[in-house]
Amino acid sequence: MPLSTQSQGDDEQYVLVANLDNARNLSNILKAITFKDHAIFTATTNGLKVTVEDSKCLQANAFIQAEIFQEFTIREDLVAFQINLTVLLDCLNIFGGTTTPGKIHKNKRIKKKLHLRWDSTCFLSVFCDAAGVSTALRMCYKGYGYPLTLFLEEGGVVTVCKINTQEPEEPIDFEFCSTNVTNKVILQSESLKEAFSELDMTSEVLQITMSPSQPYFRLSTFGNAGNAHYDYSKDSDMMELFKCTETQTNRYKMSLLKPSTKALALSCKVSVRTDNRGFLSLQYLVRNDDGQICFVEYYCCPDEEVEEN
Amino acid sequence: MKFRGKIIDIACLNHFTRVVTTISKLTKMCVLRLTPDNLFFVLSGKVANGGVSMWCELSQANFFDEYQMEGVSSEDNEICLEVTPENLSRALKTVQNAKAVKVKLTKKHCPCLTIAAELPTLSSVSRVVTHDVPVDVIPRRLWHEFKEPSMPDFDVSIYLPPLKTMKNIVDRMKNLSNFLVIEANLNGEMNLKIETDLVSVTTHFRDLGNPPWGDDASQDGGPSQSRDPESMVEARVDIRRLQQFLVGQQVNPSKAMCNIVHQSVLHLILLHEDMSLQYFIPAVA
Repeated sequence: MPLSTQSQGDDEQYVLVANLDNARNLSNILKAITFKDHAIFTATTNGLKVTVEDSKCLQANAFIQAEIFQEFTIREDLVAFQINLTVLLDCLNIFGGTTTPGKIHKNKRIKKKLHLRWDSTCFLSVFCDAAGVSTALRMCYKGYGYPLTLFLEEGGVVTVCKINTQEPEEPIDFEFCSTNVTNKVILQSESLKEAFSELDMTSEVLQITMSPSQPYFRLSTFGNAGNAHYDYSKDSDMMELFKCTETQTNRYKMSLLKPSTKALALSCKVSVRTDNRGFLSLQYLVRNDDGQICFVEYYCCPDEEVEEN
Repeated sequence: MKFRGKIIDIACLNHFTRVVTTISKLTKMCVLRLTPDNLFFVLSGKVANGGVSMWCELSQANFFDEYQMEGVSSEDNEICLEVTPENLSRALKTVQNAKAVKVKLTKKHCPCLTIAAELPTLSSVSRVVTHDVPVDVIPRRLWHEFKEPSMPDFDVSIYLPPLKTMKNIVDRMKNLSNFLVIEANLNGEMNLKIETDLVSVTTHFRDLGNPPWGDDASQDGGPSQSRDPESMVEARVDIRRLQQFLVGQQVNPSKAMCNIVHQSVLHLILLHEDMSLQYFIPAVA
């Protein structure tokens, strides 16, 4: 593969080098947090963290551990920069291709193409789709003031992207720690996906009620058509963990939480936690194309606190 | 002026419809030139279409089983019509399973290309479908605007990479920049480049091959003879024009190539079994 034949000499000028055989293992997870143009990239020996914030009330983080990469070399303790996430995604997807991973989608593509063409060259292209041609990625960063350089390769064609970076802003520390967590549930994403796709968007807030007693876990909206409640019992099949110590009802701005639907769509499990201030932590377990696990988390400030009697 | 054509073969009808649909994706309006042997779809480079011009040539015998035409006069035995290819394409699409399709130049409330066909139905009685597509007759004095373009004195000629690959890349690049630089050399290498304040992206294609115009060029003592094979020539074009060209291509051509006149013109040539298409995109500063 052309990308890995770069000389050792070149590598020494970079403070960060990360290689992926399948660029989708990065681009797909980044899509789960792309609701603003700018993102803060933080790299340590553990891997990569990408942070996106909205109006100081919402923070989304995507974690891609060093083990996900085929190579992950970092020459400093911490490397951080700010970058335009939309531009980065356009570059990662420069060769086009599918946005959703997985076998099912590949089969769909084969079916579509068989209708359209019938000469000998098309047979080859159908074969390639079945084999799942993927884009290889090599990401390099020389340090402060330098652009992020991407080398992308697919089918022998190489694209080089240089994306300008900026001084990274300090990500907000929501001071969310496990010791202050009052309520926690872990659900299979399947169940929440339905609810989230049907959420009444005319409601300004999403209300989350968590309690050791009925209704256990409830999502509520208050829209033009009326109020809607989605209840999840602690005994439900979908409920993998239920640890609620006190009854809490909190409201969060719908506009802030709506982007989290993308993360939910990619995930197989989600943990919902609230702390004693009513701050919300949503953690999503995402499996990539190769079955490896990555995490996405969303932190959100409460809109107002509702006292429960 | 008379024109009558009949298409019987379903594959020919299919091909013809596809050609017209491709043209409709490239331009809203164009000129249809009918001669005894050929049909041409022509777009002359005007400021209104960003200086882009197009020449599409079909041999009538490849499509029509019957073809009769009488031009404006015996010396000028051709017909020039201004058409909206999308209207033609839509009409043709509705008659895809007809036994025969007739295309005629008629005069209804205005000059029209009439497409008429008998379509099979579930009952024994066929359904007759007629589409009158309005056209404008182009007077002889304007015909000089729609002549076959001459081959530009190009600096480099190179085969294009797979159009689908190019289209995917150009689609993404369009999100990042309004202009794209296409550069190529005589070593079969081509680069697509964009550069803005935020980002620069370069895609490298290798081993594309250069078409063997060689003999002709050397006879003319053309520049390609002395050109260093590694040295790149380039044209900076409006990315939307290139994207428009790529969007229109539904079928892989037998040959796809481009000629670049350094900082002047990008000349794209597609050769299919039954038609040839040339597309000129002017370079911008």
